[in-house]
Amino acid sequence: MTQLEINGLFAEYSPSLPILEDVSFKIETGEIISIIGPSGSGKSTILRVLVGLLHPSKGHVIVNGTEVNYKSPSALKSMRDTMAMVFQQFNLFQNMSVLRNVMIAPLKIKKEPEVEVEARAKEYLEIMGLGDKFDAYPDQLSGGQQQRVALARALALRPKILLLDEVTSALDPEMVNEVLDAIRVLSTKGITLIIVSHEMAFVREVSDRVIMMDDGKVVEIGTPDEIFTAAKTQRCRDFISNIIQH
Amino acid sequence: MIQQFIDQAPIFFTLNNGLYWLRALMTTLSMALIGCVVGFIFGFVLVYFRTSTISWLLPLRALLIAYVEIFRRIPFLVLTFLILFASRGFGFQLSLFWVACVTIVLIATAYIAEIIRAGIEAVHRNQWECADVMNFSRARTMLYVIVPQSWVFIVPPAFSYFIMFIKETSLTSQIGTMELMSAGKYFNSIGISPLMAYGTCLLLYFALSYPLTLLGRRIEVRLKNRFKGNMEALSASDQ
Repeated sequence: MTQLEINGLFAEYSPSLPILEDVSFKIETGEIISIIGPSGSGKSTILRVLVGLLHPSKGHVIVNGTEVNYKSPSALKSMRDTMAMVFQQFNLFQNMSVLRNVMIAPLKIKKEPEVEVEARAKEYLEIMGLGDKFDAYPDQLSGGQQQRVALARALALRPKILLLDEVTSALDPEMVNEVLDAIRVLSTKGITLIIVSHEMAFVREVSDRVIMMDDGKVVEIGTPDEIFTAAKTQRCRDFISNIIQH
Repeated sequence: MIQQFIDQAPIFFTLNNGLYWLRALMTTLSMALIGCVVGFIFGFVLVYFRTSTISWLLPLRALLIAYVEIFRRIPFLVLTFLILFASRGFGFQLSLFWVACVTIVLIATAYIAEIIRAGIEAVHRNQWECADVMNFSRARTMLYVIVPQSWVFIVPPAFSYFIMFIKETSLTSQIGTMELMSAGKYFNSIGISPLMAYGTCLLLYFALSYPLTLLGRRIEVRLKNRFKGNMEALSASDQ
């Protein structure tokens, strides 16, 4: 079943600065999609548009069969209820402990019972290997640990679709693996994942399909094998060969 | 001068005079405290609406910006007299103490609103974005995420401002409020040497404001230690 459909999506920071041009693709429920491409190709912008941080100038976004009206606060709210996003810079709330960071939205926004929320938050933190960090504050954690808290926080919202925006880009190399391991755990949970990443080996390993973007446009969509070994477009082949050479 | 001090000391250092000074001290402190606490509350409300992006609140925003810009530029004494005569003109028999308090609130709101706005704007924008994506309303984002993080930026200038306002209250002696400066004037008028009368005034202003300075520094250090790592991390993420 199609969970997310993007049709002819355009987005811009100003009329002279288009960032997305005619982007279209569909994502099935439970699918793991990775978006790859050079810096500035619009990968992260797609995620920002999906969660309403940037409104599209044209095009349609359909979530679970309902078109999202980005001008309607209630439509935006119900769309955000189905999605969660993990940012490159973790974006943990600096004034809250790890446990509070994970609990705050289900507790105060979704108004779920505290006992249930706390149990769930602790469970997700333990899955992320942070069972001993409940009372720590973000600045007392390493980058990798902070990103795993961000993953637990996103999971605690019980999203249908999880958006991961270059979640390892701001990490030291030795911390990248601990976050990738955490995402590997997620990839077995049946949540639809949209991953923007430069970790090509990881993308190839976990993705069902890969979207290659360049200059705000979708260049090619295919399975990891198709994209990495038998890309149809020259631009995609060039990008992959450059990445592999480095 | 020393001989005069020795001669007047038994007349000046009496229990009754001590109580008089204490009342004046409490009046000064009360005016500054009421003015700044109420100014703080109003300042927060003002900033909340001023920074709103709702289009139909635009006229209110313009009004609030005008308020801040105007009231930060009116001399304290001018406004004090204006409030005194306007209140009398409109038939409100406000006591001189409350005239002074209203004046302080009006000016403090404008100044503190700017301090709060700067503090809120200093919190990294990614905190807003993250709360937004998690469906926090603007009010909840402010309450749970932004304001707790902005204290570190608000408290130091707010304390400096509060201490400055303790000194500014001396101007209300011009309308006859019985605060520290008026007490100094009174004792001087009954023959106590200016050095002794205003020297006591000086010591009491210092005694009032110095502990507050120390308290402000202590709070500042605690907040900075608490948020030190975060601020470094956030500034690094901007580079």
